[in-house]
This record gives sequence, structure tokens and C-alpha cells, in this order.
Amino acid sequence: MTEMMLDIRNLKVSIPTERGTLNAVRGVDLQIARGETLCLVGESGCGKSLTATSIMGLLPRYARVTTDRFDMAGQDLTGKTAAKLAKLRGRDVAMIFQDPTSALNPTLTIGRQLTEGVMRHEKLSRSAAEARAIEMLDRVGIANPAARLTQYPHGFSGGQRQRIMIASALMGRPKLLIADEPTTALDVTIQAQILTLLGELQADLGLSLLLITHDLGVVAAIATDVAVMYAGRIAERAPARDLFAAPQHPYTKGLLAAIPVPGVTPRGSALPAIPGRVPGLIGTMQGCAFRDRCAIAAPECANDPVPRIEAGQGRFVECTKAEVTA
Amino acid sequence: MLSFISKRLLVALLVCLTVSALSFGLMFVSGDPAIAIAGSGGRAEDAEAIRQAYGFDRPLIVQYLDWIGSALTGNLGQSIYFNVPVTEIIGNRAGVTLTLGFISFLVALVIAVPLGVAAALRPNGWIDRIALVIAVSGQAIPSFWLGLMAIVVFGVWYGWVPISGADTWQGYILPVIVLSYYAIPELMRITRSGMIDVLATDYVRAARAKGLPMHLVISRHALRNAVLPLVSLAAVQLGQLLSGSIVIESVFALNGLGRLAWESLLRSDLPVVQAIILILSLLYVVLTTLADILNAVLDPRLRGGS
Repeated sequence: MTEMMLDIRNLKVSIPTERGTLNAVRGVDLQIARGETLCLVGESGCGKSLTATSIMGLLPRYARVTTDRFDMAGQDLTGKTAAKLAKLRGRDVAMIFQDPTSALNPTLTIGRQLTEGVMRHEKLSRSAAEARAIEMLDRVGIANPAARLTQYPHGFSGGQRQRIMIASALMGRPKLLIADEPTTALDVTIQAQILTLLGELQADLGLSLLLITHDLGVVAAIATDVAVMYAGRIAERAPARDLFAAPQHPYTKGLLAAIPVPGVTPRGSALPAIPGRVPGLIGTMQGCAFRDRCAIAAPECANDPVPRIEAGQGRFVECTKAEVTA
Repeated sequence: MLSFISKRLLVALLVCLTVSALSFGLMFVSGDPAIAIAGSGGRAEDAEAIRQAYGFDRPLIVQYLDWIGSALTGNLGQSIYFNVPVTEIIGNRAGVTLTLGFISFLVALVIAVPLGVAAALRPNGWIDRIALVIAVSGQAIPSFWLGLMAIVVFGVWYGWVPISGADTWQGYILPVIVLSYYAIPELMRITRSGMIDVLATDYVRAARAKGLPMHLVISRHALRNAVLPLVSLAAVQLGQLLSGSIVIESVFALNGLGRLAWESLLRSDLPVVQAIILILSLLYVVLTTLADILNAVLDPRLRGGS
């Protein structure tokens, strides 16, 4: 059996608001094996970023997080304190963010920001930490890295800053890297470069990667596995190839149908869209969250719980009608 | 950095020139100074004599250059009322105001900044609520009332501190409390709002994701960015505190610059008023320039170039 770098069961995140409790993540299961790339896909507000942030333990204090099981980087964190999780950050687990411009502190040099974590965690001397920073910057493709340690973030382009963020995440030699929409804020050409870089690093270092995105193009480029998230739950999880070849969940089908294909999609025709809107997540919810927008919804879709249908290794779909549509 | 500083100093110099011209012009805004000095019973010949004695009959530009020239050599003219050098009068009074101003400023910073940070860490928590009460009451209570109450309670009833004057260091206790209480609210609110903004940024989240302990995240990543607006505000506040408060100095019977300015205005002792305005304006120019340079040290983006 492959070693699991992340095994989280029944993750729930709720946030108290003035209008009631917002159940943003409503029982998410995620497993990532060593060296695997899991893409967590979904539209804005489906809870994918909250999922990632809660795994890092970086949610604000007022957010309530519960899990039935939480194993990360070989450590059992189920029911453990935030302090235990904090010990993994910057060592076994690292994170990169959507906007590299705001994720680098404008008032500190690149060198300082890269080295401060490991100088603390591994008690490295400044010169040893700087040597590693130079190695990592070189690895992510920053030219002349030694000279650039003394520069500030505003001296770099957006793509370079994301490379620096990646280098910073790699400083602690993590086993699991969480990337929250790492290419969304970048130009299309730079996006491809960053994805290629992430893929290379992952293969070289045996990293496990949890990549949050709403861009199915990114998924196709890099994912080994995909989890499609809708309204705080995983609607469907499958190996990437299977998901693109034969999506099972009506939501996944809708997402894939909405991607224009050059030469196939007629010019000037409207792209198919999923009708309706994402349901509000305040309070409790009965049955399938997608049924109001679903073309094949039936009365039994309002029943709880929505059945989870296992369809082979690493594949499941949560849909009452999935077998019918398969 | 050097080019930033030299540019900033050049601007400061131009401001100084403008300020000097304005404070020189003050002498003439209320009419002919010779007639003012001669007084209501003065005859035309008296005014003429005064005009010649003080050189008011010369062209304005000559008078200005003469005045600025002597100011540069440290000569700010003679007090009309006391007939002694203005610098001597100001020198006698500045000590009290500067001592009071600096101490009050330090006390205000030492209280306001940690309180603002603590309030920002838990918005709507109990520290934040206490800080809000302090801020609102500090801004709402007039300092003359607070000063009088403090004198009544601690000076008269308990007799812990002298009720007026600054002959001993105890005399500074109440004025410092009242003056710093006046300065605290703004400093604290700007620290709090700056910290709240900065704590919500991605780079603070990234610093936590690196596994840095919270005290390092706050001191190294958050505070440094949050204090930028505080530095600019603090410079202006220090200017206010150092220029002397007429109210505080009157309530506590301190012979400082604020009272001197007030008295000189009443006596039409224009050279003294002029000199005080010039010195305080230059003080503001120096403080804001220092604040800009300090901000550039803290934030490399402000330096221009790289």
C-alpha cells in the first residue's frame, strides 16, 4: 500500500455569521499518496480554499474545524491541538498562495523571507540557510540567485515572485505542498511555466501536491487525481484521465461541457452553462446540494444521505442517479 | 536611498524658505507695525521715529533679507516689550515645553502602540473594548477639564503632586498624564487599524505558513508594515506636543512656549510671535522630513529606484 501524505476524513468547517452558521465545508474526504498530485476543483465559494487553509491550520480563530481523521506527513493529528499542527508548517507541509505579489512581504528582502523559516526550524546558520536559498532559487529558475537575495519583492515580475514563493515553500524540504490557485493571478504564458515547474519539482522531489484550482486546463496539465467540489462536499473524485474520459456526476459533466474546444465548438455559438446558482450554505442542507440545477434530478435526490458510489480504485461519485447515467 | 534623502532635503529647504517668508509677512498683516507699536496715543512723529528706528521705512525685500540673514546667524531680533533678544526669551521658556512635550510623546507611544496592537489581534475582544473607551474618552474630554479635575483630585484632595508650576519633577506628572492622554487616541487607532489591515494580508498568512511563531510574525512581518502610517502621524503629533499647549500650560501654570506665544500676541510683541512661528514651522519641517526618511528606511518601495 502506498504511503499517504494526507488522509483526512469528514472535514467540516463552519463559520458563525450574523445570519446563522455558515457550513462552508460539509464533510470532505481527501487522500493524497506520496508523489501524487490531487487537484481540488470547483467554482468560487465552494469551500476549496477553506479546505486547504484548514489543513494548514491557518483559518481565523472564529472558524470551527472538525475531522474524524486527520493524518498528515506521517503524523496523526486527529483531535490534536493547533500547536501540533503548527509544528508541521514550514517543515513537512508548505503552502503557496494565489497572488505572489501580496504573499511576499514588501519590506523584507527575498533572502530574509526565504531563510527565516529554516534558520528557526533547523537551527541553520545564516550562511547555510542562504546557501540553501540560493540552491532553491536556482532550482525554480531565478537567474543569478546569489545576487538577488538582497533584493526586495518589488524588483521582481509576477512570475518570478511566484517562483520565489515556490522556492520559499521548498526551503523546509516539505513532503506535502498545498498550492491555492497558484497560477490564477499570472499571465497565461507564465501560468504554463509555473505549472511545468511544479510538475518537475514534484517528480524530482517526490512531493505530494494538493493543488486548488477552478481551471480545468490546469487540471488536465498536472493532475494525477481530481476531486470536484460542490457546495462544501466532494461531488466526484477520480483519476484525472478517467474523469476527463467519463465524468459521472452531472456537475462534473456540466463543467466539462462548458469548456470550448477549438474546431469542435461552433464559432459564435453560446457555450453550454449550468443553469441556476450555487446554494447558500447557511444552516443545514438536505439531500444533494446540486439538485436544483441538475437536469436529471429526481424526488429521491432530496433524501439524506446522498449515496456514495465507489467506482473502482480511487474513484467515487456522490449522486443518487449516477449509475443510471454512467 | 541617498538620492531620496537629498531630494527630500531639497523639498524641505524650499518649504523652509516659504515658511520664513510667511512668518516675516505676519508682521505686516495687521497693518503698519510702527503705528501698532506707537500705540493708540501715539502721534504721527512717534510712528515715523519708530519706523526709522526699526527700519520699517526700507523696501520690504531688503527688510526680509536683513531679517532672514540675522535669523541664520541666530539673531531673531529684539523683543519690543522686554527689549531683550528674542532668542533669550524663547530660550528661557523652551525647556519646560520641550521636556513636557518629549516625555508626553514617549508616554503616549509606549501606551498607544502596544494597546493598538493588542486591540488589533482580537478585534471586539475585551482589550479592544477598553482601548475604544480610552480612545473615545481621550478625544471627547477637553484637556482643560481633565487638567483641572486632576489638580483638584491629586493636587488638592490627596496632595500627592504640586498643583502648579514645574519647579520639581513632580510638577510634570499631571501635565504629562493629561497631554499624553490627549495624544494617545489617534496614535492607538492608527496602530490598530494598520495592524488589522496588515494581519489580513497574504504575507502574514505566508509567514504563518512558514511555521514562524506568532510573536515573530507580529514583530517582523506585521508591525513593520503597520507602523508606516503611524510614523507620519507621530511626527505631526510630536510637533504639536513640542510647540506647547496654551491650555495645558495655562492650567498648570507652566511658563512654556505656548503661554509665551499667547502673552506676546496680547502684548503685540511681534518679533517674539514671528520667531516662535518660524521656529515651530521649521520644527514641523524637520519632523516630517525625518518621518519620511524613517518610512523610506522601513519600506524600500518608498525609496524610488531599487
